[in-house]
Amino acid sequence: MAKTLMKGSEAIAEAAIRAGARYFFGYPITPQTEIPEYMSARMPEVGGCFLQAESEVAAINMIYGAAGTGARAITSSSSPGISLKQEGISYCAGARLPAVILNVMRGGPGLGNIQASQGDYFQAVKGGGNGDYHLLTYAPSSVQEAIDIMMYAYDKAEQYRIPVLFIADGIIAQMMEPVEMPDFVDFKIDPEKKPWACTGWKPGDDPEKRGVINSIYISTEELAAHNDVLQAMYKEVVANEQQWEYYNCENAEFIITAFGTVARIAKSAINELKEQGINVGLVRPITVWPFPYDAVSKAVNAESVKAVLDVELNEGQMLQDVKLAVNGTKPVDFYGHCGSQMPTTDEIVTKIISMKEGK
Amino acid sequence: MSVVFEKTKLLTDKTFHYCPGCNHGIIHRLVAESIDELIKEGVIEEGKVIGVAPVGCSVFAYDYFNCDMYEAAHGRAPAVATGAKRVVGNDALVFTYQGDGDLASIGTAEIVHAAHRGEKICTIFVNNAIYGMTGGQMAPTTLVGQKTTTSPYGRDEAWCGAPIRVSEMLATIPGSYYIERCAVNNNANINKTKRAIKKAFTYQMQGKGFCLIEVLSTCPTNWGLSPVEAMKWLEENMIPYYPLGVKKDKEAE
Ligand SMILES: Cc1ncc(C[n+]2csc(CCOP(=O)(O)OP(=O)(O)O)c2C)c(N)n1
Ligand code: SF4
Ligand SMILES: [Mg+2]
Repeated sequence: MAKTLMKGSEAIAEAAIRAGARYFFGYPITPQTEIPEYMSARMPEVGGCFLQAESEVAAINMIYGAAGTGARAITSSSSPGISLKQEGISYCAGARLPAVILNVMRGGPGLGNIQASQGDYFQAVKGGGNGDYHLLTYAPSSVQEAIDIMMYAYDKAEQYRIPVLFIADGIIAQMMEPVEMPDFVDFKIDPEKKPWACTGWKPGDDPEKRGVINSIYISTEELAAHNDVLQAMYKEVVANEQQWEYYNCENAEFIITAFGTVARIAKSAINELKEQGINVGLVRPITVWPFPYDAVSKAVNAESVKAVLDVELNEGQMLQDVKLAVNGTKPVDFYGHCGSQMPTTDEIVTKIISMKEGK
Repeated sequence: MSVVFEKTKLLTDKTFHYCPGCNHGIIHRLVAESIDELIKEGVIEEGKVIGVAPVGCSVFAYDYFNCDMYEAAHGRAPAVATGAKRVVGNDALVFTYQGDGDLASIGTAEIVHAAHRGEKICTIFVNNAIYGMTGGQMAPTTLVGQKTTTSPYGRDEAWCGAPIRVSEMLATIPGSYYIERCAVNNNANINKTKRAIKKAFTYQMQGKGFCLIEVLSTCPTNWGLSPVEAMKWLEENMIPYYPLGVKKDKEAE
């Protein structure tokens, strides 16, 4: 298939449409406004619906409404807007609605800035909204990877009945890359596959098939039972859906952990260090929930590895999960900046050299 | 022998949890009967009804209305209904059922913009001038001087404003199609309320636009009154401030 040069945000939007998304609800915010803009032009062409909501709060609740009918719905935003969506995200998780949410992260806290950031890692994987829930959370490091994941994101969301979140730093949305765009999948709402959805029900029909999209379970027993169902599902996701990439881990003296764009910079640093005779490996989580603890631990616990360096475009968030994975077996160092100051190849090289020199 | 009266099919057999004398029960009946009758009249297709319950005393409305239902976050029902309606289109009736705290306080943005977009949904707005579910706090609709658990000296207009007249406000929005305020304080008004609900649902099925029926309602429990006294209080205090009648009907204009 021929590759075409596409801007990240537009490529991701197109992939969502090809994956069957026909309902987009969103609100403008930099650096992801190209997604709603693209959707506003593209959805009418494919018989879909683009609606500019009055706020991110409304947009995520429109997702709740659309996903509850069994349709494939999508919303996108950037950090402050994703904060506003947290209420609705928690409700979607509680009501077990499959949907896709995109966060093109910018610097924070608060209004922060509009540059690329990875500052919402905690929000994405450690909660965000209220209650015991998780989102199947992908952190693509290239436009192509974002497209490829999008093509099965709805299948996963529907299989487990879990909302899927993409966290991408602003760079991935803003850069142009040559990509291969997959074919359209054939998606139609199938009431048989989604007996829980509001697809039309009348008195006399199977009561089990009445759509009741709900997250309230007022009795202690019922809520406990509901959470048991959720926890059992999360266990399955943890068992089946972890994804990561190993790069140059064999005989590595140091292991770098990084996700998203930062992992690409780390790869350049690793290549440069190799030329200088220092062998460094990379573990790049592709799913950040479920976090690939065992994969990190396995790479780090190889005999050759002296220490671990976690690099992020924030002040050290995934660092906590890396430390849990390493569990004290090796020293873990951190290098990173808050939003907008992307760590450079040189900085990572220098940091590894200083670690090697025991500084 | 002919059947002259049947329990409406659009209500489940579940016993209402509402307090004695609460108007929520009457309003549920009217909504359900309206849908039932419109199905019989061929206006609504059987099995093509989606309701959205609020957060408030009617949070369990999904247990009572015998159709596809959502339970929305507090105030967000119009956004949820929008998402559903954009998928099901003119095939199905989509309605929200919301209290005054839900709609006139935390959910103002969602209701105003559903009206503004001319969203083809109907809202049943139950105004009892108080937050019933949380135990009787002040709402934006609480009358001046009315005592609640968060306005123990009576609502002070200088401090927190005068109550919002939601129907009048929404009627000024170009996108709204039909807005009427009703009450269920006597048989005549109950019949009027049902006619209004049926008209709103019919307009929606004709693809017309956003419709809202406000129903003044009692909360004997949190008003600290008996059911009979509460109805009298509604007549003497609420109806004068919240005048009944059609606020907007684009069809009639
Ligand atoms: C985000 C959020 N804030 C507050 C609440 C608590 N709460 C539940 S019901 C309610 C008020 C409901 O009042 P109203 O809409 O007037 O309905 P009524 O009970 O009077 O019918 C509040 C504040 C909540 N559930 N969610
Ligand atoms: S608290 Fe008020 S609104 Fe709620 S059920 Fe009781 S009487 Fe009705
Ligand atoms: Mg109320």
